[in-house]
Amino acid sequence: MPTGRRTPRRSATGGPAVAARDSESPSTQLSSEQRLELYYWMRLTRTLEERLVALYRQTKVVGGLFRSLGQEADAVGSAFALERRDVLSPLIRNLGSMLVKGATPVEILRQYMAKGDSPTRGRELNIHFGDTERGFIGQISPLGDMVPVMAGVTLSFKMRGEDRVGLVYAGDGATSTGAFHEGINFAAVQRCPLVVVVENNGYAYSTPTSKQTAAARFVDKAIGYGIPGERADGNDVLAVYDVTRRAVDRARRGEGVSLVELMTYRRKGHAEHDNQSYVPDGEVERWERENDPLTRYSARLRDEFDASDDEISSIDERVRRDVDEATDVAERSGPPAPLDALVGIYADPPAEKPLWYREGQESAVAAHERAEGWGTFNTTSKASS
Amino acid sequence: MAEITYLEAIREALIEEMERDVNVFCLGEDIGRYGGAFKVTDGLIDRFGEARVLDTPISEVGIVGAAAGAAHMGMRPIVEMQFIDFIANAYDMLTNYVATSRYRALLPCPMVVRGPSGGYVRGGPFHSQNPEAGFIHTPGLKVVYPATAEDAKGLMKAAVRDDDCVLFFEHKYLYRRVKAEMPAGDHVVPIGKARVARGGRDLSIITYAATVWKALEAAATLEKEDGLSVEVVDLRSLAPLDDEAIQATARKTNRVLVVHEDTRTGGIAGEITARINETSFAWLDAPVLRVTAHDVPLPYAPQLEDFVLPQTTDIVRAARTLAAY
Repeated sequence: MPTGRRTPRRSATGGPAVAARDSESPSTQLSSEQRLELYYWMRLTRTLEERLVALYRQTKVVGGLFRSLGQEADAVGSAFALERRDVLSPLIRNLGSMLVKGATPVEILRQYMAKGDSPTRGRELNIHFGDTERGFIGQISPLGDMVPVMAGVTLSFKMRGEDRVGLVYAGDGATSTGAFHEGINFAAVQRCPLVVVVENNGYAYSTPTSKQTAAARFVDKAIGYGIPGERADGNDVLAVYDVTRRAVDRARRGEGVSLVELMTYRRKGHAEHDNQSYVPDGEVERWERENDPLTRYSARLRDEFDASDDEISSIDERVRRDVDEATDVAERSGPPAPLDALVGIYADPPAEKPLWYREGQESAVAAHERAEGWGTFNTTSKASS
Repeated sequence: MAEITYLEAIREALIEEMERDVNVFCLGEDIGRYGGAFKVTDGLIDRFGEARVLDTPISEVGIVGAAAGAAHMGMRPIVEMQFIDFIANAYDMLTNYVATSRYRALLPCPMVVRGPSGGYVRGGPFHSQNPEAGFIHTPGLKVVYPATAEDAKGLMKAAVRDDDCVLFFEHKYLYRRVKAEMPAGDHVVPIGKARVARGGRDLSIITYAATVWKALEAAATLEKEDGLSVEVVDLRSLAPLDDEAIQATARKTNRVLVVHEDTRTGGIAGEITARINETSFAWLDAPVLRVTAHDVPLPYAPQLEDFVLPQTTDIVRAARTLAAY
């Protein structure tokens, strides 16, 4: 563990302890179908990411690949606490939240492969996309920025008297940004119907939380903003659902902003290229062995909710089929048309003109590929000539 | 109709747009009960209530971010920067988030960020800036900077109605110094169109905001003392630039002086010069020259500020050099 202080707070590492659920817990209201649906979204998240790893290794993923391995419960359980009309803003490790809100595997795969018919038409990377109709707003890379944006989204709900709630995710690292502070403070003052979920997964890129904050717990920051805060085991999907649902209900009742801290663990590096050299030996393996959210939840479905092995394995099978089909469809998509790069910066004018030395050219890709003489890529032929 | 000031013209535009569209609302620091540091929003809270005239915490990132979020959902927020100098705090939100929103996410972000800008007022380094150049450099933002009361009103109305983010720079030296009678009816000045403030044959001065008035003063002096016929073009919009108007005046007079109050290096005068060079080099009888602020933070003392900023006499002197070239 990165610090001694963390250990006792992460008692969940000691084993899949069942979170206390009293009869008041919102999750007791879930039907057995809904409980299985939670499992479906978690499994879909993991299987889809595993497929992306395969495509990444085949160099079909154009940019970096970001995993949420071990955080599936946190993403799925929190998004599941929202109604269809509500809006959330995901982070790079909230693939599960987006799937719950209606993003499809085909869209995700097309995004990663930079296809022309991807949701952003090849303009943005990975899961950086949104759809206000389905209720999710794409993030940008500067962290913390979505907190003020979601303050504004929920301000509009309040101004229009709409019965809608917003949810925004921030990592442990983003809590250090000015935008996080300004956004949560603004929303708290305006009593916007907003839930701020701090996903404490132990690391911001390579930086452990001990180097991110001197605070003992992120949830304590709620006190400074004059808002309620609650912390839960982020690897227990029903505990995540419960804590988020309580915050969502408060927001819906007009009680303003809540801060939720979810304790989880990032089992992969920041992105696929990151070998996690900074992680203490055995830490990742211990979380995998003792506190995997899917293992925990499937055991619970069997033991506590009488789900059969068949029910669970048929979901696994359905997910595999869904991901296979989506991969086939996404792989058939073509790349974007180069000239589309100049369209849609503004509503008016609708497009930029190509610069004069590009006029009449359909593409610059051929000229851009590493031509002979491109420095280190072709030093030998240069040296001999 | 009575004449109103540049400041009142802005307020009139805000009122008319808020009356026209319930989605339009204002947010900023001290803009409600207090009416804003310069009183631009004075009385708006009485007319439209606290829900549409929001007093916010001191949070430029929070305010601009919240405006963006509300804009995504169909609102038309108008953000006040108490002084435009503080827009630097929101630079990330404007350039990384707002400016890219439509392009990267197909997500409209129609909003206005407005605020008192510019010097000649002894405001010192943090109440006098002209930070337009950094934003002109950012695709996805529009930038306007009116010189007259009519344009202040007409461009504000266009900015509120625009489907993208418009940065609306208000020159605080002009707030109460220039007045005009407003054109009747729904007065909207299109974004991206320059205005010939004074016609002329011998040389052109291309400028915007407070220095339009200095250029007009200089043109009168040059006519009287040198017999020169000077054309003054008021850009009004800085992004997008009115290429047609720039090209037309360059090809008409064949001598161009670009004047701005912003500092020299990386200022928009360099961009205008480059465009003239690319499109109209063969028409030129002289190199394009610039009169700008010196490349220093803006100092407080009158003796220092006046030395740093472009003055009418500087414009006269540069124009004579250009005419004699």
